[in-house]
Amino acid sequence: MALPNKPTGELLAVRDPEVEEREVDILIVGGGMAACGSAFEVKKWSGDKTVLLVDKAAMERSGAVAQGLSAINTYIGENPIEDYVKMVRNDLMGITRDDLVYDLGRHVDDSVHLFEEWGLPIWKKSPEGKSIDGQKGQELGTLKSGAAPVRTGKWQIMINGESYKCIVAEAAKKAIGEENILERVFIIKLLLDANKENTIAGAIGFSVRENKVYVIKCKAMMVACGGAVNIYMPRSQGEGKGRAWYPVWNSGSTYTMAAQVGAELTMFENRFTPARFKDGYGPVGAWFLLFKAKTLNALGENFAASDFAKSELEKYAPYGLAAVTPTCLRNHLMLAEMKAGRGPIIMDTVSALATLSETMDKKEMKHLESEAWEDFLDMTCGQANLWCAQNCEPEKKNSEVMPTEPYLLGSHSGCCGIWVSGPNEDWVPDSYKWGYNRMTTVNGLFTSGDGVGASGHKFSSGSHAEGRMAIKAACQYVRDNADFAPALKESTQELVDECYKPVRLFLDNYQYTTAVDINPNYVKPDGFAMRLMKATNEYGGGWMTYYQTSDKNLEILQDLFKDMHEDAELLGAGDLHELMRCWEMKHRLWTVESHCRHIYFRKESRYPGFYYKSDFPGTDDENWFCFTNSKYDPATGEWEMKKVDYIKIIPD
Amino acid sequence: MPSFVIDEKCDGCKGGEKTACMYICPNDLMVLEPNLMKAYNQEPDQCWECFSCVKICPTQAIEVRGYSDFVPLGSSIVPMRGTEDVMWTCKFRNGLIKRFKFPIRTTPEGAANEYADLKGKDLDSGLLSTEEADGKTLTTPQT
Repeated sequence: MALPNKPTGELLAVRDPEVEEREVDILIVGGGMAACGSAFEVKKWSGDKTVLLVDKAAMERSGAVAQGLSAINTYIGENPIEDYVKMVRNDLMGITRDDLVYDLGRHVDDSVHLFEEWGLPIWKKSPEGKSIDGQKGQELGTLKSGAAPVRTGKWQIMINGESYKCIVAEAAKKAIGEENILERVFIIKLLLDANKENTIAGAIGFSVRENKVYVIKCKAMMVACGGAVNIYMPRSQGEGKGRAWYPVWNSGSTYTMAAQVGAELTMFENRFTPARFKDGYGPVGAWFLLFKAKTLNALGENFAASDFAKSELEKYAPYGLAAVTPTCLRNHLMLAEMKAGRGPIIMDTVSALATLSETMDKKEMKHLESEAWEDFLDMTCGQANLWCAQNCEPEKKNSEVMPTEPYLLGSHSGCCGIWVSGPNEDWVPDSYKWGYNRMTTVNGLFTSGDGVGASGHKFSSGSHAEGRMAIKAACQYVRDNADFAPALKESTQELVDECYKPVRLFLDNYQYTTAVDINPNYVKPDGFAMRLMKATNEYGGGWMTYYQTSDKNLEILQDLFKDMHEDAELLGAGDLHELMRCWEMKHRLWTVESHCRHIYFRKESRYPGFYYKSDFPGTDDENWFCFTNSKYDPATGEWEMKKVDYIKIIPD
Repeated sequence: MPSFVIDEKCDGCKGGEKTACMYICPNDLMVLEPNLMKAYNQEPDQCWECFSCVKICPTQAIEVRGYSDFVPLGSSIVPMRGTEDVMWTCKFRNGLIKRFKFPIRTTPEGAANEYADLKGKDLDSGLLSTEEADGKTLTTPQT
């Protein structure tokens, strides 16, 4: 019975929610790897201070590692940390914060050692050079005691990671205490102090399980709620919208909420459009590095080794000529083939496995097959199902590879994020530090993981370590500002009104029409999402244009964004889930607009393969070898863009 | 897909403290219809196919049907997650079945050491708590 018209969700929203006010010393917003790092570390340093962690999901399976992972991509081990810095810098086309990367490199292994102690199975290399996983692997000793991991590439180690997040969250929850955790509460806005300028004082959020708004005051805050997904039209637009490569629930909340209180953003033009198995978005790393597979063009050529590829890479020297080609340039080579009509691009799994089988017995081959499937089943189950549905056995049938839609993130092979202070140490240049490690340009506001910009290649382990680093610095800040008493500018009622505005708009208007989703007085978040993603795809360098945009296109997009901001005030929600979606859309809009603002500002194409500006093709080191930072002024509502000098700390 | 719930097998976790799939879904998709005491996926096009609900369901009532945009019908992958291993049964469209077993954890559930008694000493140093306890010294870059 479609009529009479009524809200459809199970947990309906009411006009006036219950309100709970809290005050803590240290607030952690997020529940992923970085926030779990903070939760593990905070009480080791906070003394008698109060702490609270707020996650919009359940920590056991929240964040980017919810599904599991088949590898830990950053483990320094026997390598000099300086080499890690050089690798990250080159992969990100020369412009990264050496201080942040080095600092992360010296702590990341400690988190990996904890993961193993907590029960994460890490593959070991036997004295005979074989890969040993699970419990047997552990019998060869722990990484901390000197046992050798199975390396795929210089920095990555293999794991049996189905329960990676469950294990890490378990330690985090025990350390911070269940009583100091709020799950299923979505923080939507950060709040500045009424008296002390540019200083964080709290946050507001709501429960997605009951009609309840939380107003939380704090002295320091660590915000890490991931990157941004579904900001560009995905290649699959039906049910497959959910099959994003990065977690579909990452809505840019980290960036938007920090930017809105005046935190400076950096390198926000950077994006990540990974090349993955087509449609299923299963990982290709193990196929390249572990199974030594090649990608072929339609002519059957290993195009990455062609003279054409070499000449393309030379255009982007020195980065293109490094021993390891930057991720964006690898995409660039693939796109160049496709644009020249030599697509599709095929991962030659058949030849790779045939070559490996020449030196392996049956049992070893069986194990190898299992490893190939585990790579998917640990972290992209849907790709395994796609292979089953396509009757694809990788030893018999090759698979297509394709670059995805763009994502914004700061922890994987991308570096957009928030401008933060480096460690307060002598070797760090003055312009890179302002007292507290990983503090943003807003006093008392810290971030980590995807939140920290101009670094990247932290992945799961680095994000955990960075969450620990950031929260220790937050504890220093709280100690040093012991007499600070946070006071909010807004009244509780004003905050509740803002938070529940989509609900009230809906309740006031839904009975005007006979269909709940079609109403001239409000827009539902799913419709708004399609509008945003259509616009960015068409004008902002989505996959539709082979990631190409230009200033003219971006100017049109700026106008479209203007209308979208107005209409974002007309988002309507009939139930609590939809209310979450409304606020996620507001966050996505701000985040992707910031991204396009940065692309517009930077008059070059710094990351060919990730995006191109047709009016400014190529890189321009003479004018643009610098950070680009943007800052929103919460008092005036104006944005400021600027260049910031790059300082090389670790020589090439 | 989207995860789907098999009507006959779902009892809404009526014997438990919470509806397991609703508790775990990272994207708040699984909900309980309280009159029928059945769960369902309320927004299939936002499902990441992470299988968290499939793995946690106490009655094995949840499976996944591939995204209708691009996945042919007829296949399935079904996990059985224990305390030490996960066993996957992968059924191809043509009927071929492959089974894989992977370790997931080397310690008993609940045994992760949170270092409850560890208190850091020097709040101003750059060392993390366990690094300090191990007597590690902070390196600085070779410049």
